[in-house]
Amino acid sequence: MLSKWGKAILCTVLAGSVLLAGCGGGGAKKDAAKPQGKIKVAFVHNGSVNDGGWTNSHSNGRLQLLKDNKNVEAVYVENVGDGADAERVINQLASQGNKIIFACSFGYMDSMLNVAKKYPDTVFMHCSGYKTAPNMGNYFGRIYQARYLTGMVAGKQTKTNLIGYVAAFPIPEVVRGINAFTLGVRAVNPNAKVKVIWTNTWYDPAKEKQAGLTVLDAGADVLTQHQDTVGPQIAAQERGKYSIGYHMDMSKAAPKAVLTSAVWNWGPFYERVVKQVQDGTWKSGAIWEGMKDNVVDIAPYGPMVPEETKKLVDAAKKDIISGKLNPFAGEIKDQTGKVRVAKGQALGDADLLKMDWFVEGVDGTISK
Amino acid sequence: MNESLIVSILAASVVAGTPLLFASLGELITERAGITNLGVDGMMLVGAETGFMTAVITGSPWLGVLAALVAGAILALIHAVLCITLKANQVVSGLALTIFGTGLSGYLGKAYVGMRLDNPFVKMPVPGLSEIPILGPVLFNHDPLVYISYVLIIVAALYIYKTRAGLFLRALGENPAAVDAVGVNVFTRRYLYTIIGGALAGLGGAYLSLAYAPCWLENMTAGRGWIAVALVVFALWDPWRALVGSYLFGGVDALGFNLQVLGVSTSIFLLNMLPYIFTILALVLVLIKKEGRLASPQALGLPYDREER
Repeated sequence: MLSKWGKAILCTVLAGSVLLAGCGGGGAKKDAAKPQGKIKVAFVHNGSVNDGGWTNSHSNGRLQLLKDNKNVEAVYVENVGDGADAERVINQLASQGNKIIFACSFGYMDSMLNVAKKYPDTVFMHCSGYKTAPNMGNYFGRIYQARYLTGMVAGKQTKTNLIGYVAAFPIPEVVRGINAFTLGVRAVNPNAKVKVIWTNTWYDPAKEKQAGLTVLDAGADVLTQHQDTVGPQIAAQERGKYSIGYHMDMSKAAPKAVLTSAVWNWGPFYERVVKQVQDGTWKSGAIWEGMKDNVVDIAPYGPMVPEETKKLVDAAKKDIISGKLNPFAGEIKDQTGKVRVAKGQALGDADLLKMDWFVEGVDGTISK
Repeated sequence: MNESLIVSILAASVVAGTPLLFASLGELITERAGITNLGVDGMMLVGAETGFMTAVITGSPWLGVLAALVAGAILALIHAVLCITLKANQVVSGLALTIFGTGLSGYLGKAYVGMRLDNPFVKMPVPGLSEIPILGPVLFNHDPLVYISYVLIIVAALYIYKTRAGLFLRALGENPAAVDAVGVNVFTRRYLYTIIGGALAGLGGAYLSLAYAPCWLENMTAGRGWIAVALVVFALWDPWRALVGSYLFGGVDALGFNLQVLGVSTSIFLLNMLPYIFTILALVLVLIKKEGRLASPQALGLPYDREER
């Protein structure tokens, strides 16, 4: 048997290694050495920077910022939980002298607001929330514009006129995406339907794949998703059907299936905000930018997408950028056939941000 | 609901239940020996990651399975050293190993996130058996790991209930002093069953990353290790009930998705709640009936010390 000291040492070593591994994603990591005169920028993420999805897209934005603006020094902290954990991390980053802090998860909103009150000279930017302070702004992207375009691609590609949509939770952000996608589908193919399957999870690749297989087996031949993993893409590839990715170009995970993806492009946005702070022109507010500002886009088409579709979608993309095309312009009917948006009208941002009804063509229910 | 739909729901339940079956069978064996292992989720993750990594590097999913078994076993060995030799608190050690396994798998797997596996396990219908109506497509139209799970559950049940070694295994969890008294080494046997439990948890993880998903993502078990731990209670430490429970837990999703496709208005939240309600009911059953076959192993979670007999 080991002596008391032996036990103590062994326990300490194990506890130490557990801590190290547990915090593998916890410590702030520097991307660049620290020369003089650079502005310090920090990012807080809920996922891992190479998750192939949401956090990855923000991480790419940071890398682009570092590449294009040599007067920036950036750190990031990944896998930060909501609540007390987030507040501690944001507080620490502020106390370390970071001048701009980007918090890239809805759940960080109140934590960031609390910290913002304590550091009036630091700029706080919260992604996907709705609260602001004199030194705290929020930002998000009009990904629904990209969803609309990918819907057009899907509507052109489907032969069975049934498209599957694997979605996480019935919240306005997800509902808005489903509606925009469906409007895109129906703009090119009025007979197609979009079947929504709720998974009740953001992150469970096996379960999301299973949901995808279920709707494919029910006759869908194109599958899209609002999740944080590539599970549905793998389902489509396995069944020899098509799919449309989200967050990032998902063609790597399923090259035979992915037609295109609705993607985030945070680089230009982060560059703009940092520039404004450096120039002293930054002002607090709610920013909701779209394709015109290059925050959202669609990924390069897969080789299976016909030229005709590409031309059609590229033209629509130009119209969205120029403002000629608004996916949520009337006439729009809801599932019951009732006209919700009259011809010549369009849904405003307030309506979009609390959207809780499906447009005509969506087959699914929103549980309240 | 027509027949083909029921068949597809049941077949999907078997696939979704298989990772739970491997992990809960492992935990069941470990707990039968008197050791609680709450590190199952961490062991599944390490198994999933090493399995995927090995399959990508070597090109062989079978070597991936082997690596997952070894990885799960190594983590369980740490648990055994802490809890059996050092008599540490089993709950604390298990929780620490879950955190450790989550971090370690995330760290090792960084380069493999979102990578495509060229040769995952694919469906291999069993000739003859897969043509039996209903039963064939439900049970015998899967990948080879599912068939291995059938064999494992039969072997485990026979071993636990019909062999002398199985009798000692059951006694380890009930009254280790009695096992010691007949000259059987309590420590080596508890080591063995803890390690087997970890290896099976690793296999459960590998099933996710090599057959079910198949891909590697950080934290991809999505808490299935904890469901496996709950399943052991649900199963009242019986392998056959663990089999039924795994398919039931796995089947909830399949049923929910199919109901949605059919347009049946149902609350997915309610469906997801059902297995846990069953587990709580099973717990109540255990508490009411403290003796006999339905009770939990009496020496579960208690370190064995020869000098305190």
